[in-house]
Amino acid sequence: MRRYRILAMRRVAGVIGLLLTLSAASLAVTPGEVLQDPKLEARAREISRNLRCLVCQNQSIDDSDAELAHDLRVLVRERLTAGDTDAQAIGFMVARYGNFVLLKPPLQADTLMLWFGPALLLAVAAIGFGRYLRRSQAADRSATATPLGADEQERLDAILSKRRPA
Amino acid sequence: MLRLISLVPVMVFAAVSVGLGFSLSNDPRKLPSMLIDKPTPAFKLAALDGGGGLSSDDLKGKIALLNVFASWCAGCRVEHPMLMALAQRSGLPIYGVSWKDDRATGASWLKANQSPYVQVGDDASGRLGIDLGVTGVPETFVIDRTGRIRYRHAGPITDEAWQETFEPLLAALRSEPQ
Amino acid sequence: MAAEIGHFSLILALFIALLQTAAPAIALRRRDAALAVFMEQAAYGQLIFVVVAFACLTYAFVTSDFSVAVVAANSHTTKPLLYKVAGVWGNHEGSMVLWVLILTLFGAAVAAFGDNLPERLRTNALGVQGFVGLCFLAFILLTSNPFARLDPAPADGNGLNPILQDPGLAIHPPFLYLGYVGFSMAFSFSVAALIEGKVDASWARWVRPWVLAAWCFLTIGITLGSAWAYYTLGWGGWWFWDPVENASFMPWLAGTALLHSALVVERRQALVSWTILLGILTFTLSLIGTFLVRSGVLTSVHAFAQDPARGVFILGILVVLTGGALVLYALRMPGLKYGAPFAPVSREGALTLNNMLLSVAAATVFLGTFYPLIVDLMGNDKISVGPAYYQITFVPIMIVLLLAMAVGPMLKWKRDDFRAVLGRLKRPLIASGLAALAVLLITFGRNAVAAAFIGLAVWLIAGSLAVLFRRLRLGSVALDTSLRLARTTPRAFYGLVIAHAGMGITVCGITAMSTWATEKIQMMRPGDVLQLSGFDLRFASIGDVAGPNYQAERAVFQVSRSGRSVAELTSERRFYPVREQQTTAAGIRTNLLSNLYVAIGEPNDSGGWAVRFYYHPLAPWIWLGALTMAFGGFVSLSDRRLRVGAPQHASRRAVLVPAE
Repeated sequence: MRRYRILAMRRVAGVIGLLLTLSAASLAVTPGEVLQDPKLEARAREISRNLRCLVCQNQSIDDSDAELAHDLRVLVRERLTAGDTDAQAIGFMVARYGNFVLLKPPLQADTLMLWFGPALLLAVAAIGFGRYLRRSQAADRSATATPLGADEQERLDAILSKRRPA
Repeated sequence: MLRLISLVPVMVFAAVSVGLGFSLSNDPRKLPSMLIDKPTPAFKLAALDGGGGLSSDDLKGKIALLNVFASWCAGCRVEHPMLMALAQRSGLPIYGVSWKDDRATGASWLKANQSPYVQVGDDASGRLGIDLGVTGVPETFVIDRTGRIRYRHAGPITDEAWQETFEPLLAALRSEPQ
Repeated sequence: MAAEIGHFSLILALFIALLQTAAPAIALRRRDAALAVFMEQAAYGQLIFVVVAFACLTYAFVTSDFSVAVVAANSHTTKPLLYKVAGVWGNHEGSMVLWVLILTLFGAAVAAFGDNLPERLRTNALGVQGFVGLCFLAFILLTSNPFARLDPAPADGNGLNPILQDPGLAIHPPFLYLGYVGFSMAFSFSVAALIEGKVDASWARWVRPWVLAAWCFLTIGITLGSAWAYYTLGWGGWWFWDPVENASFMPWLAGTALLHSALVVERRQALVSWTILLGILTFTLSLIGTFLVRSGVLTSVHAFAQDPARGVFILGILVVLTGGALVLYALRMPGLKYGAPFAPVSREGALTLNNMLLSVAAATVFLGTFYPLIVDLMGNDKISVGPAYYQITFVPIMIVLLLAMAVGPMLKWKRDDFRAVLGRLKRPLIASGLAALAVLLITFGRNAVAAAFIGLAVWLIAGSLAVLFRRLRLGSVALDTSLRLARTTPRAFYGLVIAHAGMGITVCGITAMSTWATEKIQMMRPGDVLQLSGFDLRFASIGDVAGPNYQAERAVFQVSRSGRSVAELTSERRFYPVREQQTTAAGIRTNLLSNLYVAIGEPNDSGGWAVRFYYHPLAPWIWLGALTMAFGGFVSLSDRRLRVGAPQHASRRAVLVPAE
């Protein structure tokens, strides 16, 4: 099986010796796959970047050399050319391979904890910190709050005098 | 002296450990099929080597096995004797799909090794494979009388798999009303 | 013979570990001095026997003793010597011996250099360390014996996976293990403190060097792994949020939090319980990482043998060690007092914020790594968590952290004024704004996000320098005075500046690589020229070449720019006959400011070859920045104050602080 990759050319803007280009990600797209319409092609690229190559280890179909990745890239472009929206093209893949094919996990009932967990944890941590601050300040304040009564002062003096030889 | 909050770490850890424990009996590579209980996607494949090819209509009206294979696949070679045995003894028609393979190569492989298939279709482009959610070969689908997919088995069919999974399922399908 | 000696050594080490664990418990009424000496000797003894075992295993690999099963499975006579040695830890069994070697190394180091530690703490810590060693030695001897023999011995071995035959592989695991096994010492110290029931400023001061050392090594280990992936995998990727990468990153995040949290304990006796918890959790994350790689629970290109049986054992170790520690924590934590209070805007406040953010970041990575597993267990669904998830959740947390990192060191302890701090950071703020503006202008406003990140990086670097300049009173006093201050400034201070600045360098590198990297892939015939980003790549020649254990096609390329030659790059496609595997060795030229990267691919039928050519601006800064961070850590470690420790008063035992 052939696995060579051929990449389309990129535009380059050169300024003061510093040559910068449009954002590039590693591509496995062959010239034969590239769509004529640049807007469609850009959409296809973006979608491909978030579709998992099912026969690889943690790669997107955009990055992968695998045969199946190639087939799926072509398929994405076909769907877009046929008029599918991004969501419909992605849905086409999900209908066949399930949510596993999405590198960006969907927001659904069983992924709520995944998406909101970090923000939730941050909130919990912030609240916890706030309470810690308040409690430690309260503890500090209460230690110096009320002046000692006469008998307490006596006891304190007694203790201090006992402790003097260190 | 125990405070509630100090119990949180150990409780979270207990939950994590239980999760990890269960995960040990879980195969991370097994992908569930999205097509269970759904109708077989409509398709029409050309023949591998003369004959009439294979279409989704051919699968209707009977309980059948659809086996996706390729001549270059080592697992298919391993599975082949099992399929031959099933073709003779199980009473089920087995339909074959030659996946991502050159037509001539696939045809000559079948000729050299005997074909367990009632009919074979050529899916050189892999499109039917994608519609079926195939990620590798061999894969076998159990299709019921109404043409719906009821089970997908990835990898070669072993004796164990046949006895433990296929046979009970087929028995249940047979007892379903026509 | 060597294998049997090695095997016996491990068994002896196991018994010593048993004694080392039991001694503190058994000898409760004995005089501390005798026990302390025994613990030291036990720690040395363990180390010696594990070193012997490791040496025997290395000997078996170097002499290609194929009667030893792991050697047969992973080595080959034609393998170069470096990889025969590296092969010792390139497999599950051998890497576990390396694991235990480092565990006992740290234990022995505490025995040898921990003279400034109070005896009870040292004894208990060594006891806990001994117990960890006991668990893992048992694991090795019962499930992963590296000295198992094969009978009859095969004539030759299976060779080492070609992707792993690389100098980067040779040193990546040792550094990684020095790091995340090194955190076992923090774990032991934390549990020892819980056993004693008191944690005070001195505890933090004694523990910090050990945490710092482990942290430095882990930073280097992760950097090596990332750089190795970059030049091995053939398309310039350097971080994939792969589960096993995350498994090394989580302890790093937690370890960084621990490092900074211990500072607050040391200075203000505050954040005590959180610091102890981090001490336990950092090593726990290392253990979970070990579990991940060896149990087959998640698929990854890194994973060793997928063996659920071993996974059960490691899970058992995890439950005993971490579960035990956390139960102890639950029992003792309420007894740990609050320290001196502080205002939210203060050094402690900033360190707490840092602590929070890093902990949540670690938890986020944990969530992303293990969530597919959770979903898998919950039902019939299966999801993937890819880089997109981390970009949305992890990166924002990091942004806040980066902002705070420059402010933190500028803050005073206990209480400070926010506006005053910003005043001290005026120049870094301006520098950062100018940098962002510059980027915007140069790119015609196209890369606003990148401009913001570069601004952030400059904020960090300039902010770190500002802290230093402020300390040296540069500009406000005579140069002489500043230089004098520079000489008396503790090394830890320089370490801080260097490490924080290093982070800024890394951020620059990551931003540039993500935004302005270019590539071109084309079929080329010898003589063809490819143009990219102002460089001309000429495919000079291609020929066959034989390596020690591979056959290769070597392609030579000449890179020039505006007619002037820049570099000659070589790329090979290697075929390893023993394992029947093919790899690509890329040709990389770096001037430490950018990388040129070329990889030869497959030929087509008409005499052409697929050639991939990349230009990666500032990519080297990703790893240079990380190494700078590690360097900063080492500079801190060399600070005399960390070695001298707290003065010991003969008449006082370690005090309960604060006394309220």
